[in-house]
Amino acid sequence: MSKQPSNIGSYEERYRNFNWQQSEEELEYGKNGNYNIGYFCSDRICELGFGSKLALIWQGFSGEIKQYTYNDIRTNSNKFAHFLSSLGIKPGERVCIFMDRIPELYISFIGILKAGFIVQPLFSAFGEEALFTRLDDAKTCAILTTRKHLSKVRKIKAQLPALKHIIVLHNEGKPLEKREIEFIMDDYQKIENFPVYKVDKETPSVLHYTSGTTGKPKGALHVHSSIIAQYITTKWVLDLKPDDIYWCTADPGWVTGTSYGIIGPWSLGITQAVYDIGFNTEKWYAFIEKHKITVWYTAPTAIRLLMKEGEAVVKKYNLTCLRHLISVGEPLNAEAVIWSEKVFGLPFHDSYWQTETGSIVISNYPGMKIKPGSMGKAFPGIVAVVVDPKKYEPINTPGSIGLIALKPGWPSMMRAYWNNKETYDNKFKNGWYICGDRAYLDNEGYFWFVGRDDDVINTAGHLVGPFEIESALLEHPAVAESAAVGKPDQVNMEVVKAFVALKPGYKPSNDLELDIMNFIRKKLSPLAMPQEIEFVDSLPKTRSGKIMRRLLRAKEWGEEIGDISTLEND
Amino acid sequence: MGEDLKKLIIDYVKKEYLDEDSDQEITENTPLISSGIVDSFSMVSLKTFLEKKFNIKIPDEKATTDAFDTVNNIIKLLGEFVKIDT
Repeated sequence: MSKQPSNIGSYEERYRNFNWQQSEEELEYGKNGNYNIGYFCSDRICELGFGSKLALIWQGFSGEIKQYTYNDIRTNSNKFAHFLSSLGIKPGERVCIFMDRIPELYISFIGILKAGFIVQPLFSAFGEEALFTRLDDAKTCAILTTRKHLSKVRKIKAQLPALKHIIVLHNEGKPLEKREIEFIMDDYQKIENFPVYKVDKETPSVLHYTSGTTGKPKGALHVHSSIIAQYITTKWVLDLKPDDIYWCTADPGWVTGTSYGIIGPWSLGITQAVYDIGFNTEKWYAFIEKHKITVWYTAPTAIRLLMKEGEAVVKKYNLTCLRHLISVGEPLNAEAVIWSEKVFGLPFHDSYWQTETGSIVISNYPGMKIKPGSMGKAFPGIVAVVVDPKKYEPINTPGSIGLIALKPGWPSMMRAYWNNKETYDNKFKNGWYICGDRAYLDNEGYFWFVGRDDDVINTAGHLVGPFEIESALLEHPAVAESAAVGKPDQVNMEVVKAFVALKPGYKPSNDLELDIMNFIRKKLSPLAMPQEIEFVDSLPKTRSGKIMRRLLRAKEWGEEIGDISTLEND
Repeated sequence: MGEDLKKLIIDYVKKEYLDEDSDQEITENTPLISSGIVDSFSMVSLKTFLEKKFNIKIPDEKATTDAFDTVNNIIKLLGEFVKIDT
């Protein structure tokens, strides 16, 4: 493929002269009163004359392929918007999508926004307790799911009085219960025109749940004008151009899967490919070859799994179609960057952001020198610094470790944690949004990730809250007390390890360990499942009785234990 | 042992990874990982089950998603560690 100039051009020049207005002008954001993300990702692309262009190439795990043009996305999303509106759902109410990566996930996401509802995507591997926590917190009024995942909803629906509508896709004619209603996208009447709900820039759009150290998961609430940042970061970081075939491997149950797996590429009118499959080296390479993927956005865990499979398998496939590789979710180790340059002839570009930031805030850009292992530099329009962890003042000495902090005000910044103002307010210190990650800046302005500043476990790019795991562990009949920490893992960066003290009458055994692992997997999710359980007589606690996770974590990472003056004497 | 082993793994997959009311058929050739029945994280509990059942340790480099993608693949992998009569 011939080398084309990058969309961003000179990073330094862009950073100096940047104004978010540029993105708004390119999008014609607000023209004719249009601010709705759903409109920009479907109707507008058709109005620009690209209705017959492919928007989605979908492939299932068994090889089945479906294709949708932008006009198909427009009319099919109209069906969802029309159907959901007909149920009496009101603008601003929460509608959850809980399904695998099937075409209806992507299309209903657009339809829900077009109807003026807040879309709440949830990872389909969540167990019933993780699902319940998030639906209960958001007082979600409708859920779209498939027959495959219906049983999890059925187990909790009695405790969710606000959940009025359970919309079942791919039901295959099976009996339905009260509150459940079948929806078949292909069979629903064609809705050529749907009046897109008029929103303004600050109207809530997407509610993504993320985990914290304490308390229940928090719902980061975004607004429709987030598209201003998602559009321009997609254009400049992912470097998408009209002829690209783009593959984002993230699941839309997580923010990457919506910001850059739906909103970003479709607001640019790009053709994107989706593969509804778990990780499989050969099948992934075959997918790239078959669909001639040009731009690939994936995660360090996946890259490390590919590395593990070696170089020989790469040579079996023609991957010369690839022209730009980007990574997100957790720090990309230098070896992975060097490896990808060797085997694909292209380096992976690391990017950094969070559920709360809504879009990429620090990244390596096409054309900019990559320092393998570095997070890169702040996106134009983003003021990013490292601050002192006590005074929250910027540290200007290269190499000094502090907290990554951003100057609030970029368009895709979360506007609230759902019903949790106190936690939201705590994210801001001395005029900065504190990301919760530790890093340092080098003398050329590159950020280098050091680690998280809290007990949240980043496993394969997904944040898992220790409190949620510990609470679930206590529901197991054998568990008296527990602590969950991250332990180092070569592939996933961290995995969950649980320390468990048993109730009287229970003894540690292989069977019990496996039983507890599966108990958490089913209740919460596979990500939250402890990959190791260490049975202990008791857990280290402060004198006030709080479990000192920090001590356990330090032991796992071989770090210094630090101040233990508050440790209770046994 | 081959048939018993096949049944043991299939029963475990059905019990632990499928919903109670699922009528999905699992055979020795059903894709497990790539179909999403068992994701790469859950694979660890399947690996742990096998390790504890047979008192073996499957090294990380052998525990690939491909090696766990079907019951037949798993049996082939186990064959490296335990004697399996076919």
